Amino acid sequence: MARQHAAERANVVQFDGVAVRYGRGPEILQDLQFALPAGSFHFLTGPSGAGKSSLLRLIYLAQRPSRGRILLFGRDTSVARRYELPALRRRVGVVFQDFRLLDHLSTLDNVALPLRIAGASEQDVRKFVPDLLNWVGLADHIDAHPPTLSGGQKQRVAIARAVIGRPDLLLADEPTGNVDDSIAMRLMYLFDELNKLGTTVVVATHNENLVSRMDYPRLVLERGRIMRG
Amino acid sequence: MIGGRSDLPLSDDSTGAYLPWLVAPMVFLSAVALAGVFILNTLIGSWDRDVAGTLTVEIAAAPGEAAESAERTRGRVEQAIGILENTPGIARARALSQEQLVTLLAPWLGSSDLLKELPLPALLDVTLEGNGGVNLVELAAKLAKSVPGASLDDHRVWLNRLIYLSRAIEWLAIAVVVLIGAVTSATVYFATGTAMAVHREVIEVLHLIGAADGYIAGQFASRAVFLGFKGGLIGLCLTLPVIFGIAVGTDRLEGGFLSDLSLPLGGWIAVLTLPLIAALLAGLTARAAVYRTLAKML
Ligand SMILES: Nc1ncnc2c1ncn2[C@@H]1O[C@H](COP(=O)(O)OP(=O)(O)O)[C@@H](O)[C@H]1O
Ligand SMILES: [Mg+2]
Repeated sequence: MARQHAAERANVVQFDGVAVRYGRGPEILQDLQFALPAGSFHFLTGPSGAGKSSLLRLIYLAQRPSRGRILLFGRDTSVARRYELPALRRRVGVVFQDFRLLDHLSTLDNVALPLRIAGASEQDVRKFVPDLLNWVGLADHIDAHPPTLSGGQKQRVAIARAVIGRPDLLLADEPTGNVDDSIAMRLMYLFDELNKLGTTVVVATHNENLVSRMDYPRLVLERGRIMRG
Repeated sequence: MIGGRSDLPLSDDSTGAYLPWLVAPMVFLSAVALAGVFILNTLIGSWDRDVAGTLTVEIAAAPGEAAESAERTRGRVEQAIGILENTPGIARARALSQEQLVTLLAPWLGSSDLLKELPLPALLDVTLEGNGGVNLVELAAKLAKSVPGASLDDHRVWLNRLIYLSRAIEWLAIAVVVLIGAVTSATVYFATGTAMAVHREVIEVLHLIGAADGYIAGQFASRAVFLGFKGGLIGLCLTLPVIFGIAVGTDRLEGGFLSDLSLPLGGWIAVLTLPLIAALLAGLTARAAVYRTLAKML
């Protein structure tokens, strides 16, 4: 019992018999039973429409499962109170499939959002954000607004926003969908670096080339279930 | 709540354009109504002082021969005093003596002995209690019904009637102010609801990257506070000429009882506070609208 508790705590994410359905439709995810240990790196693969985005949405608390139990950082999210959720979400960095950048904010302000929400000082914002933008190759676009950026540039802004707060868990939904393979590899190395610093990482992708070039375990989604790769 | 930076798009947002123009006429109307209440209240106060203190009841001499007439008049006087002294709010009623009457009339009629033979009307000097809570309109009717020839000081009765009418208008104006307040908050509430739809994407992103409800609501609230205050100031600017206009207009009017139509200090304070109240109201309703929308998200 005590050992099981320790194990749950060491798992950043744990799914117990989780299922998802939209409205009255069929369950698009079924009997999900897996754990992501702290410090692990996983690819989440499967054909388009397999439910990769839906699975990630469950983890970043955008959606409740229709069945089962999800533990996030050891906290059972099905019993957590609503006011506890923002603090949990702040420990998760998300690169959304459609980026979800705020068009009225500059690159700098978009990337600074997680810091400001967490109550960081403007001094810290000025210190950390330009550095990171430099790192992802956007130093020249600090004051640009998303509509003026290319797809690949937007993607890098989205990634910078996801990692600026040094999250314990990083979720990336098709983060390399809009960039060529060389840039994709650079982004993967960025995730790799973060993972080495202790961040647990999940990258959803259907880019087989990318997955095969990196030696990380996979979660394969097929017909609503996870088949270990 | 004002100041600080905002994550909301401020420019491409129609609320910013129309919210102040919804609030401005509301504040204008409430300010005029409120000024009316205060001015009226001052007027009523001064009329109240006029009808307070003492008043005079006149009882016409009864017909008939001198002795008989005097006898009957005395009876009516007793009767009137009885009614007056049993009326709440009246301290004392006392008939002027024959000598006092003669002295009063001497300047017009001379002080001849003949005067004593004339059937003179009786005058009652009525002392009111300090708080002046006597309904003179009712009293006049009661006296006229029970005592033949009795009449109450006309000017006072008319003034008393005016006071009751003004009080009714005063309550009406207060009701108008309250109603406008309710309509303003409803307007801000729905305007914010519309803004929530426009900014749904922003709200969702802030929510998903871990912003607490209070953080998001605070941003909308501080914006609403700013817009409400702006509208309030516009409304106030429209009001001031009206208030000054009333004061200047009545300065030109002759006559005692309309002399005090300028806004008293309390009224100025209340009217100048309105933009702040509008801002507060806008902020609170915006906050409520945002919380309501966020409550639907996990
Ligand atoms: N909001 C939604 N409402 C209804 N059905 C949805 C919704 N989101 C996804 N789906 C459905 O769920 C299935 C999985 O979608 P998704 O999670 O986006 O898969 P993937 O990311 O692997 O392409 C698809 O059949 C999709 O049509
Ligand atoms: Mg997807």
